Amino acid sequence: MKYSYFPGCSLKGLGRAYEESLLPVMKHLGVELQELDDWNCCGATAYMAVDEAKACVLAARNLALAERSGNPQIMAPCAACYLVLNKTKHYFHDYPAMKATIDRALAAVGLTYAGDTPVRHPLDILLNDVGIEAIKQKVVRPLQGLKVASYYGCQIVRPYATFDDQNNPTSMDRLLEALGATVVRYPLKTKCCGGSLTGTVPEAGIRMVYILLNEARKRGADCLATVCPLCQFNLDAYHAQVRAEYGDVIVPTVYFTQLMGLAFGLPAKQLGLHRAAVPFRWRPAPPEAPQVAAVAAALGSI
Amino acid sequence: MVSPKQDIRIGFYVCHCGHNIASMVDCPAVAEYVGQLPGVVLSRDYKYMCSDPGQELIQKDIAEFDLNRVVVASCSPLLHEHTFRNAVAAGGLNPFLFHMVNIREHDSWVHTDRQEATAKAKGLARAAIVRVAHAKSLPVKKVPIHPDVLVVGGGIAGIHAALTLANAGKKVFLVEREPSIGGHMARFDKTFPTLDCAACILTPKMSEVGAHPNITLWSYSDVVKMDGYVGNYTVTVRRQPRYINEELCTGCQECIGNCIYKEPKFPDEFNEGLGKRKPVYISFPQATPQVVLIDPEVCLNFRHGVLTDKCKKTCVEACGDRKAIDFTQKVETREIKVGTIIVATGFKPFDVKRIPQYGYGSYPNVYTALEVERLVNASGPTSGDVILRDGRHPQAIAIIHCVGSRDKKTNRWCSRVCCMYSMKLAHLLKEHTGAEIYNFYIDIRAPGKGYEEFYDKLNEEGVHFIRGRVGEVTDWAMTPEEEGKLVIRVEDTLAGFVRRIPVDMVVLATGLEPQADSQDVRRLFNMSCGTEGFFLERHPKLAPVNTFTDGIFIAGCCQGPRDIPDTVAQAGAAAAEAMVLIDKGYIEQEPNTAYIQPDCSGCKSCIPLCPYTAIAFDATTQKAVINEALCKGCGTCVAACPSGSIGQNLFEDDEIFSEIDGLLTN
Amino acid sequence: MSELTSLPKADWTPRIVAFFCNWCTYTAADLAGVSRLKYAPNVRVIRLMCSGRVDPQFVLDALRRGADGVLIGGCHPGDCHYVEGNYKMLRRFQLLHRMLRDMGVAEQRVRLEWISAAEGERVKFVINEMTAQIKALGPLNLPQKFENWDREVIELARHVRQQEEISGVTMPTPAEKEAVHV
Repeated sequence: MKYSYFPGCSLKGLGRAYEESLLPVMKHLGVELQELDDWNCCGATAYMAVDEAKACVLAARNLALAERSGNPQIMAPCAACYLVLNKTKHYFHDYPAMKATIDRALAAVGLTYAGDTPVRHPLDILLNDVGIEAIKQKVVRPLQGLKVASYYGCQIVRPYATFDDQNNPTSMDRLLEALGATVVRYPLKTKCCGGSLTGTVPEAGIRMVYILLNEARKRGADCLATVCPLCQFNLDAYHAQVRAEYGDVIVPTVYFTQLMGLAFGLPAKQLGLHRAAVPFRWRPAPPEAPQVAAVAAALGSI
Repeated sequence: MVSPKQDIRIGFYVCHCGHNIASMVDCPAVAEYVGQLPGVVLSRDYKYMCSDPGQELIQKDIAEFDLNRVVVASCSPLLHEHTFRNAVAAGGLNPFLFHMVNIREHDSWVHTDRQEATAKAKGLARAAIVRVAHAKSLPVKKVPIHPDVLVVGGGIAGIHAALTLANAGKKVFLVEREPSIGGHMARFDKTFPTLDCAACILTPKMSEVGAHPNITLWSYSDVVKMDGYVGNYTVTVRRQPRYINEELCTGCQECIGNCIYKEPKFPDEFNEGLGKRKPVYISFPQATPQVVLIDPEVCLNFRHGVLTDKCKKTCVEACGDRKAIDFTQKVETREIKVGTIIVATGFKPFDVKRIPQYGYGSYPNVYTALEVERLVNASGPTSGDVILRDGRHPQAIAIIHCVGSRDKKTNRWCSRVCCMYSMKLAHLLKEHTGAEIYNFYIDIRAPGKGYEEFYDKLNEEGVHFIRGRVGEVTDWAMTPEEEGKLVIRVEDTLAGFVRRIPVDMVVLATGLEPQADSQDVRRLFNMSCGTEGFFLERHPKLAPVNTFTDGIFIAGCCQGPRDIPDTVAQAGAAAAEAMVLIDKGYIEQEPNTAYIQPDCSGCKSCIPLCPYTAIAFDATTQKAVINEALCKGCGTCVAACPSGSIGQNLFEDDEIFSEIDGLLTN
Repeated sequence: MSELTSLPKADWTPRIVAFFCNWCTYTAADLAGVSRLKYAPNVRVIRLMCSGRVDPQFVLDALRRGADGVLIGGCHPGDCHYVEGNYKMLRRFQLLHRMLRDMGVAEQRVRLEWISAAEGERVKFVINEMTAQIKALGPLNLPQKFENWDREVIELARHVRQQEEISGVTMPTPAEKEAVHV
């Protein structure tokens, strides 16, 4: 299993903790990642709205580079990158005019894009290529007793339901359960995290953050698990504003890969957990001493 | 081009079909072109060939111009071949000295360039002219019709069809898969728009079926095989064991009262699992036949369906001398002979779990419409008291329309009945609970007698109608009032904003789908399905209950969603169509059978090809012989014969070769 | 073997002969009509009761008489009105395809399609696609090809005779009339 790894700007910046946990976890599972050489901006979802053609051309350059690299399967962990790359691929096939624009732009820099690059999210790779069973076998510190609200955000299943249900995705739920965690029912799993509204229209954005945190708390979640750097940032960084507006709602938000790292027994310090504003602490319950179990069994047999 | 024999005299007619053909095909030009082809003595264009004057024209011309072949270029032969053959026969010619050209469905309706369409019409006509010269006089093949009828499915459609036929003196076999007839209608509480009770109008019909001397009712049974052809079908029916002798059971139900299980414990299918039943049970009080049955999956005398005989059998004691309980019953198969078959296998409600955002299965107080029918029913699991799964009485109820209808992601069609039954349930729920009722709809479709008036009545009753497709049903609260409620999130498209409406109960107005096994049933009876999976009628307007297989008719929701009045009308129509065949006593069939010509070399290649075992080898002549009665006229053997010694009436090699020739000669 | 086609004349459009079974594909074509779907006017349909009736000679005859393509339509596997006529056709078709390939007739020119009575859209799609493909291929012009091939064979025979006269060894040759296509 070898993939081109497209980090995008987030995983090298604000979402560094995602990369810090993703890379060791993938390595631990034997997934080989080759960072795409000379990658550029994914095209960005916000820019899509300003100039669709330019956004698609930016994305297409990355796809073309992946095709050329010999590892045509491109892994995009950031939900926004994942969506833009995926969307560009769809537009390339669906709209001849867009295809012509992309072809022309790539030709100018000596690149070609055939349109076959599979765009994959790490969740997709973990569930469908690595497999739940293989993941279970690597778990050395099961997350027993940890209650998680799995939060997918809006971009990885909409509008393209490539690997999961659009309205009720379950891939992360299944993954977290395999790690031993308890997944709480969280009907807001694909709701908006506030997106860029937290910066542009704070009253609307903060309200969304509050709803997500509050519902997670009401349902007894110890933390929210996310797949997207922007979701993680919004849910993590605005606790003060939420407190000012609605009162205290403290729920830490972690990347699902951080939870995987913990369950695999990787050193917590190397999983970027220290970068969050709201600290996440997890101590597994002490394992039942084997002698006690043996004695109990012996007593039972008398 | 093969030059026709001297004595061929063809009359050619091209039909305008009003503007249907004439607007895209230059009919006079086609007539003029065909008029100069060899063998054609007469060529006309006419406004409506299928009209009486059109047909009389053919008859008159045959006499006046001494025609011995006729070609009509008009619509599809599947529609009017029969009409024109009759006209030709009325003119004194053998009806098979006729050929039809399809220049409407295959030409004028599908092309946009008048020149090209006209050229195509000329080509098709030319091919028919060359072909018809080879046509032969053939005798009409008559097949006798067995007078008995099989009705498959005992819902309201099957019941009505069976009764209509039985009352006309025909013998009917009615086969139903469930333990009782009644179908979906038996589960409904009231019927729209009159609000008369479904059981009150259905039960008398059900008992009439049970008691009718002309009806053999086999419930808990299904059809597993059908052989034969129109008039002579052999059908195999599988009868599931009820572990009760139907002849001996009196329907006293003492066995149920005395079952070792003191309390009902198992989900009751008839009440959509909302109620409980015992291992020995009767589906519902009015069940027909009034015969109990034993569920071997849960009865203590069985283990996982296998007889262990370990129960105390208090039921057998209770039955006493009647000795109706028989734990040794096995699956039985019966073979029957019938002439015609009516398929009325009904529908399946849409599986609401396919729309997870509506929360069925995650939120206990989300119900399907059929569950609510039982919940408001006086003989239902709660005796008509609307108690929610969490024990509360609802103060506010949402009814979501079009669940699994008019949606590209699930089913594209409108299920036709949901608007009306939703309004009926709204009325009943309001009556039973006094709750606020919110209907969420896309469009209200109330096209029927008294339907629009019913909608008005609901508006007056204060039921709320909110136009918008519901986005989701959820339980996350934004305000204290929403806590503990189900929240409907919807865009109110008339008000123009997104609303959140907290309710206690949600009713999903599920659409209608083809039965899960409709593809198997279709194959069983040699029918076709439309793309959505409902059985395909022979013609959407003119043959709505016929199928492409003669003698097999369809009625009710297996053909498409419809309400009870339409279903009953259709069932009556299907019964009438069957009676047409029965009372006539025979059907004229296409004489398109294959036959062996004298130069057969006896190689036997054809014999294994025939799926009807119509071909045998005659040891004395050392040649193959075809049993004309068994041959259905597919022509597979004709195409396969290495020495070209098999002919097929109406589809002879020289006919087809000349048609190819005619198509490609300019 | 690649097709050797002459350049199409300006007014050339493909001529395609179709054999449709009565129960599925012919009915589907009727449905396309009733639904007023629009498609290319290049196909002429011959109605048969079953695709099993399609004698490979029909296909060859159509090509020899100048058709640029042949389309055969039958019921989907398992749905044949006559139980299995479509399977019989499928078997024949595979042999026929091999033979046509050896004759240098492009695969797209002779096509077998399963189209059920409900698939009017499919009729439209197949006819349009096939017409476009054959347009791209150009005229088949098999009658002209037969003449060319006959000329080649006669030329070859003449050459062999010359060789025989030179060498004095007589080779058994097929009668000349056999080389001429009827």
